[in-house]
Amino acid sequence: MAATQLNHGQQAQELVEAGMMLDLTELAEEGNWAELVQPKSLLDACTFEGRVYCVPLNIHSPQWMWTSIKAFEKAGVEPAQNWEELKAAAPALREAGVQPLIEGLQAWQFATLFQTLVSGLGGEEVYYGVYRDGDEAVLRGEEMAMVFEEAVAAREMLEGTNVQDWNLATAAVINGEAAANVMGDWAQGEFQVAGQVAGQDYDCLMGLGGEPLISPGGDAFYFPANDDEAITEGQKDLARLLISPEAQIAFNTKKGSLPVRGDVDLAEAGACMQKGLEALKAGKVIDSVDMLISPDVAGQVGDLLAEFFASDMSAEEAQERFAEVILSDK
Amino acid sequence: MSTRRPSSLLRNPMAKLAAVPMVVTATVVFIGCSLWTVVYSFTDSKLLPRANFDGFAQYDRLWSSSRWIASVENLAIYGILTLLLSLTLGFVFAALLDQKIRGENVFRSIILYPYALSFIVTGLVWQWILNPDLGIQGMVRAAGWESFAFDPLNSPGLVMVALLMAGLWQGTGLVTVIMLAGLRGVDEDIWKASRVDGIPAWKTYLLVVVPILRPVFVTSVVLIGAGIVKLYDLVVALTGGGPGNSSEVPAKYVYDYMFANQNLGQGFAASTMMLLAVLVIVIPWAVLEFGGKRRG
Repeated sequence: MAATQLNHGQQAQELVEAGMMLDLTELAEEGNWAELVQPKSLLDACTFEGRVYCVPLNIHSPQWMWTSIKAFEKAGVEPAQNWEELKAAAPALREAGVQPLIEGLQAWQFATLFQTLVSGLGGEEVYYGVYRDGDEAVLRGEEMAMVFEEAVAAREMLEGTNVQDWNLATAAVINGEAAANVMGDWAQGEFQVAGQVAGQDYDCLMGLGGEPLISPGGDAFYFPANDDEAITEGQKDLARLLISPEAQIAFNTKKGSLPVRGDVDLAEAGACMQKGLEALKAGKVIDSVDMLISPDVAGQVGDLLAEFFASDMSAEEAQERFAEVILSDK
Repeated sequence: MSTRRPSSLLRNPMAKLAAVPMVVTATVVFIGCSLWTVVYSFTDSKLLPRANFDGFAQYDRLWSSSRWIASVENLAIYGILTLLLSLTLGFVFAALLDQKIRGENVFRSIILYPYALSFIVTGLVWQWILNPDLGIQGMVRAAGWESFAFDPLNSPGLVMVALLMAGLWQGTGLVTVIMLAGLRGVDEDIWKASRVDGIPAWKTYLLVVVPILRPVFVTSVVLIGAGIVKLYDLVVALTGGGPGNSSEVPAKYVYDYMFANQNLGQGFAASTMMLLAVLVIVIPWAVLEFGGKRRG
């Protein structure tokens, strides 16, 4: 296997430590990646002990809420522009037979919803205090208590959800059967394929309409170390290609993600992608959860959230167990 | 007497040679790798195995994880019910098929057909059947019973019922066919004798035939048992472990922790517990089954 795609973050750390990945530092210096790649954290995530081991490909961020304008009209209320408005509109939506909030019943989707509550409603300091620093005062403090209360409210709005896969949840919003779905901007592809237009048929709200912080996650290509010269040359060619302006434009417009190069102009990008690009330029960027906690802790958080959303666990109990899981690895 | 018998080791050399690959596989892979897994479950291996020994830390964490406890409970429920229902249904179907009916081949094929499907396909099919809008609930409601509710996939209390239905649908066919083969081996004279004695048919089945079929039951139990312990793909395809943790099973815990969560140590500890559970059942049974003959 000559090339492999992994997500930015701690997934590849052990493989790099074990010396299994090709060192791309020369290419990075040649192509001046340190200047080109925006935000810098993407290239940092590829860098271990000063050497570069992967080439970033695209930027996806999970902190978006997609709302269906048609669904709100059916209930006779103004389309919600933020979390509070969604909660206020929930009773009217239920009466009109519309699902206020929908998520697929999988742990990672609950994790996406939860981390967006933390960053969108709690803000940057709370987000970093929880995920990066493992600050006990923040984990057990009032802001997180508020976030868990909102999670309980979300759980109520989610009642009646019976889909598993994320694209089925997004499809419900596209069809107007559900009013809101918290999902990353890879959902844009679904809206595009359904021929819907941002602002007319659907709205995209960063950070649930609260703090427009996005965490640039996404894909990066790693190249397993190889003895064969020809293969190694081929790997380097692929790396150069992936970061070239042409590839970045073509690939990212199709996928609805953002390019990793700061010097590329996505003129044909839709309204939502433009919002994302502005947030990137304004530096409204937070490190993604993958980069801050290990896959093991992420798995345990997912298990906890799956249990929380399927039961009537109290906000206090959830907060305490969440704090224990995060602290166990810091 | 000066002749010595040839050593039993050298008797039948070709057969022994042919068995060598399997012996090597069994020793190295089954026993050797299992021992390696047990040893490494005492380390803190994450993505790659590392020999940092950590005592019982992985086991402490395992048994304080609510997801693991839920998995064990779910497997116990699924296991006991599948065993009882599979054997009962298998035997009843086999007895019915044994009545010299017309079209026996057709019925046998219909009952055995689901066994040809993989668990993934079974899970997907039953996911559609049990879907509240597209499946049974939707159809019954469309037929007029508006308030009919049957949504086990979204109900933590009933989701194991859904797993049982899918699992039994898939696996009972094999048990039926094995039992039928066993029934066919029962001597005609036994039936004649019990009829002459005036014993009702059901009593004959229960008190005469079932004891005769003991080896068949043992075989079925082994096959069903293997299917229970390795329950993984059906859960992934049907419920994904949900809602919450209510259909989690140990094999899924092992897989998720070893690969998705990059924590080999936890996965090894969980699979060691599974091995232990199987040994706890198999060893006493083997002693009972084979120990007695030696002494006799």
